Amino acid sequence: MAHVRLNGITKRFGAHTALENLDLEIEDGQFFVLLGPTGAGKTTTLRLIAGLEKPTAGTIEIGGVDVGDWGAAERDVALVLQQYSLYPRYTVRQNLEFPLKSNIRRMAQPDIDQRVARAAKTLRIEHLLERKVDRLSGGEMQRVSIGRAIVRSPRIFLMDEPLSNLDAKLRETLRSELKDLQVKLGATFLFVTHDQIEAMSMGDKVGVLNNGRLAQVGTPYEIYHHPRDTYVAGFVGSPAMNLLAADLLGDRMRIPSGAIEFAVSPALRARLGRSSGPVTLGIRAENVHLDPAGLIEARVWGFENHGVEKIVTLKTGDCLFKATMPASIPTAIDEPMRLTFDQSRLHAFDAATGRNLSQEGRELAAAE
Amino acid sequence: MAEIVLSNVQKFFGAVQVIRDMNLTIADREFVVLLGPSGCGKTTTLRAIAGLEDITSGEIRIDGKPVQDLEASQRDIAFVFQLYALYPHLTVFENIAFPLRAAGGARADVEREVNAVARALDIGHFLGKRPSALSGGDMQRVAIGRALVRRPKAILMDEPIGALDAKLREDMRAELKRLHIENKATSVYVTHDQVEAMSLADRIVVMSEGVLQQVGTPIEVYQNPANLFVAQFIGSPVMNIADATLETEGDEAKVRLGDAGEAFRVPLALPGAIEASGRGAGGLSLGIRPEGVIVAHGPGKGLVPLEAHGIEPLGAYDIVDLKVGSGVLRARTASGFVGKPGDTVFARLDETQTHFFDTRSGQSLGVRLGA
Repeated sequence: MAHVRLNGITKRFGAHTALENLDLEIEDGQFFVLLGPTGAGKTTTLRLIAGLEKPTAGTIEIGGVDVGDWGAAERDVALVLQQYSLYPRYTVRQNLEFPLKSNIRRMAQPDIDQRVARAAKTLRIEHLLERKVDRLSGGEMQRVSIGRAIVRSPRIFLMDEPLSNLDAKLRETLRSELKDLQVKLGATFLFVTHDQIEAMSMGDKVGVLNNGRLAQVGTPYEIYHHPRDTYVAGFVGSPAMNLLAADLLGDRMRIPSGAIEFAVSPALRARLGRSSGPVTLGIRAENVHLDPAGLIEARVWGFENHGVEKIVTLKTGDCLFKATMPASIPTAIDEPMRLTFDQSRLHAFDAATGRNLSQEGRELAAAE
Repeated sequence: MAEIVLSNVQKFFGAVQVIRDMNLTIADREFVVLLGPSGCGKTTTLRAIAGLEDITSGEIRIDGKPVQDLEASQRDIAFVFQLYALYPHLTVFENIAFPLRAAGGARADVEREVNAVARALDIGHFLGKRPSALSGGDMQRVAIGRALVRRPKAILMDEPIGALDAKLREDMRAELKRLHIENKATSVYVTHDQVEAMSLADRIVVMSEGVLQQVGTPIEVYQNPANLFVAQFIGSPVMNIADATLETEGDEAKVRLGDAGEAFRVPLALPGAIEASGRGAGGLSLGIRPEGVIVAHGPGKGLVPLEAHGIEPLGAYDIVDLKVGSGVLRARTASGFVGKPGDTVFARLDETQTHFFDTRSGQSLGVRLGA
């Protein structure tokens, strides 16, 4: 069993705290994605599990056994990095055989052949087996590095931004392939990335890391539709969720920067769980619509045409926000537009802590 | 402000031709993006315009003046690299002021210009810091500030935000676009990221293997790709491409994708239109973007039952892989529309979004019905 559990992991490098009291659980056979910006602690987490770093505090269990004293080799995990680190003078076959020929394994040649053949077939690189690695494209090299991990049948695959160096189209193809591969192998994957699209499209579960702390763990659906705080709300989704400072006064909500004011629906009021004070309102761009009778009067500040749709940045007063529109809608800078949103689509966060004010959010805050 | 014209530009590195018969006119104040995979010649083109690279033959004119024989420093063009190339020992202010001081600007002028640029880029609050204290995004803002401060005729950017995190890239994209709207310097921008190209460009120049594939507005290259390369390079997820066989039965025309069991209905006029195009002798490929694959829960006229293979939940929408014979057709659906892999759904192709290409040459047939 390749169940992974991190209990209260803290990792410091000198005065810098990379990870702070991290609890994390990855189930056997799960595709778990750790998502966060540069410096959030993603790679450190990976290296701790791989045994390349020792935690300052806390324990790591693999398959229910504390592996704190185990070296990297004994943990039987495979690491796939952004840089391929293949042997350039070797053929693909030699690169794939390499981890199986180590002295501690002493595997028989027919066994090795069989494993290499199976990995090559899975990754569709059979036709490349006799080719030297330096004659491969980036995508092919990354397939070979993954192949080198597969042949060992490790207990866990740890992947550190393996797709980041590839061009967009190839990245998209490999995303599907990796997900298929994981399902086919039934293996446990821990995949680290700063790209939320990779996280959403591949992860069974996504953990969002913020500054060494785990902000939220959930399915892609949960973290997109029920972000636990403003950090997750802003990080997951493209474009980022609009987050606006607002004041609640009884049944009126005011967004001062945009001079926007509206009557709070009873349903929203129930979700807010308070009757006055500052809150941060969140609304995704796809939930802001054009409406000739809309509440918000704004001007076009910028727009991005993505072909299938258009992301328009609008300005009212000092307030900038984004709306997704069909690509067919004409837009010009400074053109006036009227917009509206459905209150049921609003997220509300505590202005001070950033916590989601929904029922679950309040319960979580109370529990901590 | 500057118009940049490239005429019959050829560039060889030894025996390798990296730019082939390049003809391109970049209008004054235009934002043009050179887009293509690594090795397509886009950076070489940019460096040739800047004067950092000689061309083998042809002519480059800036505001009507041939510049091949001018040094980079005499072309009055600013360059922003992916690596910020800031002076680590100078403050942000001094980094931005550097080109002005080098040109012997008066102290008061330098101060005024630097502050104006800092305001435009919203970096006024860290003018006194050293680059090492800044984040990647801020360093690139400073590099851009240093390029803009001279008010150059044109600003050339080589993947300026390629090294940044996805999220930061998104913010910087919007800023760059807004900056261009405000200062209107002719901009040439190199990237391999089609989202950046679509978002920023007035016109996109798609390149592959040194050859210009298509020049057009983002909407043109998205909606009317000239060939298979452009069709698959622009747009995310990638346009579905499949071998297509046309079949006519009585008053119905159908198109079969690859080895699929069931064929999709197409307008009856289509086979005739394809024949009339005079192309397609190299075999027929059908292209359709995921949003052109219309998916329904129940059966209906013209709908083909297909099994869902994988689902990518991308938040605002899902990308669903539908099994078509031994291939896959990717569809864009509302979030949660298809319950789980293995479910059967019913799909058709939106004829206004269906493209046809000659498989061998890759060229578009220019045939699209109902568009």
